[in-house]
Amino acid sequence: MIAADRPDRRAARLLVLEADGTTRDLPGAGIKTLFGPGDLVVANDAATLPASLHGTHVPSDEAIEIRLAGWQSFPDPTRFLAIAFGAGDHGTRTEDRPPPPPLSPGDRLRLGPLNAVVERLLDHPRLLELRLPGNRAAVLAALAQHGRPIQYAHVREPLALWDVWTNIAAEPAAFEAPSAGFALDWRTLQVWRRRDVGFATLTHAAGVSSTGDPALDSRLPFDEPYRIPERTAAQVVRAKLRGSRIIAIGTSVVRALEAAANSDGGVRAGKGIATGRMARGTPLRVVDAIFTGVHQPGESHFELLRAFADDALLAKASTAFAACRYRAHEFGDSMLLNRQPPLLSREQNRGEGLETKALLEVCHDVGRIGGISCSARKEVGAMLQRTKFGI
Amino acid sequence: MQSNIDLQGLRVAVTGGTSGLGMALVRQLTAPGACVAFVARTAANVERIADETGAHGIVGDVGKKEDTYSIALQVTASLGGLDVLINNASSLGPVPLALLADTECEELEVALAVNLVGAFRLTKALFGALAASARGGRGALVINISSDAAVNAYPGWGAYGTSKAALAHLTAIWDEEAKAHGIRLFALDPGDMDTPLHALALPDADPSTLKRPELSAAEIIEKMLDALQVRATLHAGANT
Repeated sequence: MIAADRPDRRAARLLVLEADGTTRDLPGAGIKTLFGPGDLVVANDAATLPASLHGTHVPSDEAIEIRLAGWQSFPDPTRFLAIAFGAGDHGTRTEDRPPPPPLSPGDRLRLGPLNAVVERLLDHPRLLELRLPGNRAAVLAALAQHGRPIQYAHVREPLALWDVWTNIAAEPAAFEAPSAGFALDWRTLQVWRRRDVGFATLTHAAGVSSTGDPALDSRLPFDEPYRIPERTAAQVVRAKLRGSRIIAIGTSVVRALEAAANSDGGVRAGKGIATGRMARGTPLRVVDAIFTGVHQPGESHFELLRAFADDALLAKASTAFAACRYRAHEFGDSMLLNRQPPLLSREQNRGEGLETKALLEVCHDVGRIGGISCSARKEVGAMLQRTKFGI
Repeated sequence: MQSNIDLQGLRVAVTGGTSGLGMALVRQLTAPGACVAFVARTAANVERIADETGAHGIVGDVGKKEDTYSIALQVTASLGGLDVLINNASSLGPVPLALLADTECEELEVALAVNLVGAFRLTKALFGALAASARGGRGALVINISSDAAVNAYPGWGAYGTSKAALAHLTAIWDEEAKAHGIRLFALDPGDMDTPLHALALPDADPSTLKRPELSAAEIIEKMLDALQVRATLHAGANT
C-alpha cells in the first residue's frame, strides 16, 4: 500500500463499494454527487489538538515525547491519558522508537513551558495519566505554543495545526485528525444543500489511531468522549423515519452514533463515551454507509469496517485499492462502503469459492473502470495468490 | 441599549482587545455575561484586561500566519465554540502617515498582513466553529471593523485605506458565500474615535472632536444583537 505523504486533497481518489460487490473508482470530488435527496451525511467537527509534546524527563534528564491520547474529563485540558516515547522524533517509525525512561508516579516532565506530572502509571510501560498543572488559560496557551500535531514518519515535512484541522473543525477535541473529514469542503456542502442532501455534525474526540506497539495497538481505540447536538439527533430520527440513508464521514462518527443508538433507531442527544472496539458482528443500528480512508487489516479502523461488510467484500476493496494504487493513511484516498444487509453477508460467507469469484470480478471491474493496464491486473492476480486477501 | 439576557452566554472573540475600541468591546461584552476571548500582542496588557474583565486573554499577533491556529485553538477551547468573531485589530501602515509614493512596500505589506490577510486567516480558521454554531441554531457572525478611509480617498491614508477597502470587499463577497451555511459577515465603520491608533495617525487632533470608543462599542454591540435576532427569527421560521 502506498502511504500518502502530503495533504494533497485535489488528487484524491474515491472507491465506492456497494453492498452487492459492485465497485466504482472515482475522483475524490465525486463525493459531491454520491448522495441523493433525503440522505443524511453526518461528520465529526472535532478540531485536532497539538497532542505531541517533546521535552525532558526531569529525574533522569533524558529526552521524552508525550502524545496526549485520551481525555480524563473532557474538555478539561489539565488531565490526560498519554503515551510516552523515548528519544527520537517522527522521522523514526513509531515501531522503532525506544521506550521512555523508567517512569514513576510523581515524576516531573519539562515539556517546553509546561511542567507536567506523571499522575499514575497504567499497565503498559508507555501508558500513563498525566497532569498539566496550572489554570486552564495558561495550559491552553502553553499547549498551543509548544505542542505539535502528532506526526507521521511517512510525512516528510512537519505537520502544522492547519494541516490537521479539517475545514469543518470547530472545538479542539481530537488527538489525531478525524481524517475522513478532509474530503469535505464548503463547495461540497453547498452542492449537497442544493441536492437536498442533509448534513449534520457531532463532536467526537478521535484518539490515536496507532502507536506502533502491538500490545498497545490491540487496546485501541481508548474510550472516546463525544457530544451529539439536539439538532443532529433530530435529523437522524427524521431520516430514519422516512427511510433515508445515514452516511457517516469516518469511523469516529460511526462509533459515536452507534454508542448513542436507541432501540428505535434514533440516537440520544448530549454527551457520552464510546467504548470498546467495533468489529465483525457489532450490530449497526443507525449508520447505513461509511465514508472512510484506506485502512489495512489489523488496524482498529479496519476492524470497524467488518461491522459493515464481510471479508469477501472487504477483500474486493483491498484488491481494488492495490490495483488503482490508492494511497493509505491520514492524507490518502477514500472509500464509501455501504452496509451489507445481514442476510446477504451470510450468504457470501458460505465458501471460499465465492470469495475467489468475487475477487476475479473486481479485477475485471477495476480494469474496465480505472483504465488499469494488464500489468496491474497481473499484480492483482499475484496479490491474490500471495496474500489470500490478507485479512 | 442591549439587554443582559441577549448577551448571556454568547461566545464572542475580539482581536486587538487591549486598547481603544477592542478594549471597550471586551468590557461591554463581559459585563452583561457574554463569554469573551480576546487577542493582543503584548502579554502584560493581555493579563491586565483578562484580570479586569474575566475574559479569556490570548497573546498572539493576527498578522502572523504561525499564530493563527494557536489563536483559533485557544478561542474555541476556552469558549467551547464561537458565535461571533470581531476582527478589530488594525495596523496603520507607515507611522507617521505617509503619502503612497513615500510608503515602503514593507509598510503596505504590514497593513495588508494585519487588516486583510490576518482577518481572512482567523475567520477561515474559525469558520468551522462558526458554522457549528449556525447549525446548532445559535448565531454565527463575523464583524470586520472598517473605516471611512476604506471609501474616501484621504491623502496619507493609502496603506490603511487600501487594506480596509479590500477587507470591506472581502467581507461582502464572503457574506454572499457564507449565507447558505448560516454565517453572516459585515463590515462596520466605527467612526473617528479617540483611540491610541488615531493618536498615532493624527497626533494633533483635538480629542473633544472625536467619538469615544465606548460609544462606538455600544453601537457595534447593538448591530450585532440585531443581526443575531434576525438570524434567530429566520432559523425559527425555517424549522416550522
